[in-house]
Amino acid sequence: MAPAAPKSGDVIFASVDRVNAELFTLTYGAIVRQLITDLEEVEEVNKQLDQMGYNIGVRLVDEFLAKSSVSRCVDFRETADVIAKVGFKMFLGVTASVTNWDADGTTCSLILEDNPLVDFVELPDTCQGLHYCNILSGVVRGALEMVSMKTEVTWLRDMLRGDDVFELQVKLLKQVPEEYPYKDDE
Amino acid sequence: MIGVGKAKQYANVLDRPIGKGKQEVSLSAFAFLFSELVQYNQIQVDNIAELERRLEDAGYAVGARVLELLCHREKGNRREIRLLGILSFIHSTVWKVLFGKVADSLEKGTEHEDEYMISEKELLVNRFISIPKDMGAFNCGAFVAGIVRGVLDNAGFPAVVTAHFVPVDGQHRPRTTILIKFAEEVLQREARLG
Repeated sequence: MAPAAPKSGDVIFASVDRVNAELFTLTYGAIVRQLITDLEEVEEVNKQLDQMGYNIGVRLVDEFLAKSSVSRCVDFRETADVIAKVGFKMFLGVTASVTNWDADGTTCSLILEDNPLVDFVELPDTCQGLHYCNILSGVVRGALEMVSMKTEVTWLRDMLRGDDVFELQVKLLKQVPEEYPYKDDE
Repeated sequence: MIGVGKAKQYANVLDRPIGKGKQEVSLSAFAFLFSELVQYNQIQVDNIAELERRLEDAGYAVGARVLELLCHREKGNRREIRLLGILSFIHSTVWKVLFGKVADSLEKGTEHEDEYMISEKELLVNRFISIPKDMGAFNCGAFVAGIVRGVLDNAGFPAVVTAHFVPVDGQHRPRTTILIKFAEEVLQREARLG
């Protein structure tokens, strides 16, 4: 059977079950507040958010592959594009853009102008070191690791810190070759 | 600049226009997030009651903000001051905004004057949850119970709110009932208001 044609992020988002973004936003806020109360150190909160994101990414990639019918990306450029246009859209309902490629095509930035995580949010003075959206970087890292790409994901710009957009830098560290018995379909 | 249609920077979060609440994210995004909330809290505690209390606390924080947001957006900065008013506000307005539908039922407890129940056949947060046998009566609905308590408490109706599974005849999965037990002062005030 021929593989199904890849679907656009909009089409997938329109077809999946959805919930009000405010429930999502406020729940995320409750999580962050709980972490700040429990862990006290902002650095520890960043780490825990990243870990939670990683856990999500590891599981989320299955749903992503199943629903998007995206086939193997030829290079990292295509991968980044798919994350920005299909991945972000189908889960968060927003699209990112990809820019700032380095010369050898292994580092780029995902730019988010709309981000449902940060509605109603303002960082108090005591939390200036907090990467409020660190869960997202964890998700990207976790999901890419499941498709054999080791990456480093860092926030370069953050609207909660006064920048004009959210900029997430994704750096490809290495492609892990797939091992037996996980054979490619083709 | 009007109609740019992009998130813009505001010096102060209060300057930002309040959304209409029509934006959505995928249910899986929420389910993944909620599952992390539960898992994180699970390793922080050593018994079920404590886990439910922590989920309830997280929900309370959501409820407090939902009340403020919805009173402003849906009710023109007015808030319910009567018992039945606030209950129906939760059952319809809050439920509709958060879960996309009005709650399945709102009933008064038959045995106690101070008890009310909101029931939901398939509570959103329990949709992808199965409880391991060794966790007994644990119900993730504690989070929603927390939301309800957050709304009630901040509206001046202190109450104890708990979530329970109730088996339904002929259904494989139990429904979830959110049990609200109002503080004595609430009922006294209600009686005074006549």
